[in-house]
Amino acid sequence: MESKLTLPKKPYRTYGGVHVPHRKYTANKQSVEMPAPQFVTISMSQHMGAPCTPTVKVGDTVKIGQVIGNSDAFVSAPIHASVSGTVAKIDKVTVNDGTKVDAVVIESDGKMELYEGLKPPVINNLSDLLKATRESGLVGLGGAGFPTHVKLNIPTDKNVDTLIINVAECEPYITADHREVLENSWHVMSGVYALKEILGLKRVIIGVENNKPDAIKVLKSIAAHDEAKYNEVAILPLKSSYPFGAEKVLIKACTNRVVPMGKLPADAGCLVMNVASIAFLSEYMKTGIPLVKRRVTVDGDAIKNPMNVIVPVGTSVKEVIDFTGGYKAEPKKIILGGPMMGSSVCDDSLFIAKQNNAVLVFSEKEARLQEPTACIRCGRCIDACPMRLMPTKICRAVNTKDISAMLDSDIMNCMECGCCAYACPAHRHIVNNIRLGKQLINAEKKRTITLKEGK
Amino acid sequence: MDNKMYVSSSPHFRCNTSTTKIMLDVIIALVPAVIASVIFFGPYSLMLIGVCIASCVICEYISRKIMKRDTTIGDLSAVVTGLLLALNLPVNINPLIAVFGSIVAIVVVKQMFGGIGMNFVNPAIAARIVLLVSFPNAMMTWVEPFWYKAGVDATTSATPLVTGDVSYVNLLLGNHGGSLGETCAVALLLGGVYLVIRKVISPIIPCVYILSAGVMSLVLGQDPIYQILSGGLLLGAIFMATDYVTSPYTKWGKVIFAIGCGVLTILLRTFSNMPEGVSFSIILMNILVPLIEMVTTPKAFGKAKKAKGDKK
Repeated sequence: MESKLTLPKKPYRTYGGVHVPHRKYTANKQSVEMPAPQFVTISMSQHMGAPCTPTVKVGDTVKIGQVIGNSDAFVSAPIHASVSGTVAKIDKVTVNDGTKVDAVVIESDGKMELYEGLKPPVINNLSDLLKATRESGLVGLGGAGFPTHVKLNIPTDKNVDTLIINVAECEPYITADHREVLENSWHVMSGVYALKEILGLKRVIIGVENNKPDAIKVLKSIAAHDEAKYNEVAILPLKSSYPFGAEKVLIKACTNRVVPMGKLPADAGCLVMNVASIAFLSEYMKTGIPLVKRRVTVDGDAIKNPMNVIVPVGTSVKEVIDFTGGYKAEPKKIILGGPMMGSSVCDDSLFIAKQNNAVLVFSEKEARLQEPTACIRCGRCIDACPMRLMPTKICRAVNTKDISAMLDSDIMNCMECGCCAYACPAHRHIVNNIRLGKQLINAEKKRTITLKEGK
Repeated sequence: MDNKMYVSSSPHFRCNTSTTKIMLDVIIALVPAVIASVIFFGPYSLMLIGVCIASCVICEYISRKIMKRDTTIGDLSAVVTGLLLALNLPVNINPLIAVFGSIVAIVVVKQMFGGIGMNFVNPAIAARIVLLVSFPNAMMTWVEPFWYKAGVDATTSATPLVTGDVSYVNLLLGNHGGSLGETCAVALLLGGVYLVIRKVISPIIPCVYILSAGVMSLVLGQDPIYQILSGGLLLGAIFMATDYVTSPYTKWGKVIFAIGCGVLTILLRTFSNMPEGVSFSIILMNILVPLIEMVTTPKAFGKAKKAKGDKK
């Protein structure tokens, strides 16, 4: 396996996908930093994995970057105060998936003072990096919120040689990553080189959708002097098609490798990082300020002034929207994340978490979904599926609650990207059906486990 | 702020196509064939088309009402069925026979099996076959084109499949005896191109159907171009075999389905008592669709054995 890896000239073939309208109205607007709100409500579950427990008490004085929640679990990331002030209360709040978790409410003193204990980490080797990444509280900023130090901790038996930086940003409206590249390009590239060196990776492929020519240009100009010397970093323009930002699709497009079903990118020798995550990591190595704010795209046809806002973690959605100028139409649907995979929430009182990359608000016109009609077997969902599944077949199995038929049609390989439902002329809620099927399977699994234990 | 928000499962974006729009596209694609039928067989053909469409829509409406289900005439699929059925009938047929055909198509074949999306054979073709078997004389008596100009004495003629002496030009233009919509090849091809451009149908089924019919004719010593242009082959290949509900939705399934249709059509034309084989071949392949789909299910992404790195 010591043969030199080549850098791709053009993307490899991928399957399926749909052409969604781009609607990147905020791509050319400078991001605006939002001042500290009066209160921030920081939930203790801002990532996949174990939630944190609060490490502060009501009445404590905290400063920016101070740890307020932590956990002993490996798949977890510490949570830091995003404003300076006093802890007003510790209470249960509803997060965007509808569950209730502990949250620390901090009343800002308006001074925005940094915590004295912050200093740039000293990173000499991999274990330093993993420790520093965990301490920074970094989770995947692209939306999934998977703790980054877990991702970087590649098992030794996996031969990971390629770092892929995800700048595809294939969801409509969202431009947070695009602005990150334009406004923070040097941090992006220095992060790339630092990570490549510490992890000993052989090549880096930065996948950018070709609807962002300015981002491609900026990255190329920075990478230019390196490429002449080592030829190890490539900026790969991708077709603007949804879902190129999906991990498995991106890996196939960049390296022609296929992640085996139910496995991780490391099994295909790849490490995929979101561009905002890598820029943050590089900034953290210089300043030592943990993840306390993030760039959020605020857009949608009910928003008066669409823009990217740099928001302290824990700010309420309402305050972010008010900061941009408020609504111009009656809001009928609020989505945290993109319109294809984001979750719609029931009001604007929720709080920005680390992984929220967008707040979209739609008026009646965009929000209403048509009533589903009968499936006419047109096969568009099959053509659209990037995982080459048969959504119609899965739905039929789900409707009859036939678990073995669901598993036969590889329902667990579905990443819920929404291409099938987008393409469906009968407006059927295919993804919803598939989610239901997955829940049925999980419930069945639990049931069999309890049955076995009962014996 | 109003409390009433829409909350739904992602994706929150849908493309703006719908079943109605697709059916409307099919109707638009059939307009050239309708115009050609009016030119060759006179205004009476419009009446026949009207009877078929009206009876299909009424049948659909009534049967949905009786079954206490939502009305589905808004999706225009009954209009398409009626139109296709009319285009498969000779112009001088008794309108009552056409109405009977509509009842068979909509009530028996479509609604009794669960309505749109559930019928296992193409309603228009099934109705045509029922009529062909029930009223063989009426279904196989064709009049000369422009008979309405010649006066009352309509001269009957056979389909070019039987006579075998019509020039290619007349076959292309449709200047020969036959069912309403099947004669004018140019009009049908025009409609087919429109459907492919609008991405309503994939070109696989019509192309493979026509190609395999051509190859099969060569094998059996027939004139392939004559076989393709005459009879209902083009109408069947472009508008009937591509029916979503009764054709496979996998890519290779479409190929197998179309080859089956093409080969069977020519076999039936050559060896059976009937002059025409398109309807029977399509309906036979319709029945095989679930089996074809079973063997052509694509392998899910990542299910294959792990690909070994990049090719150097």
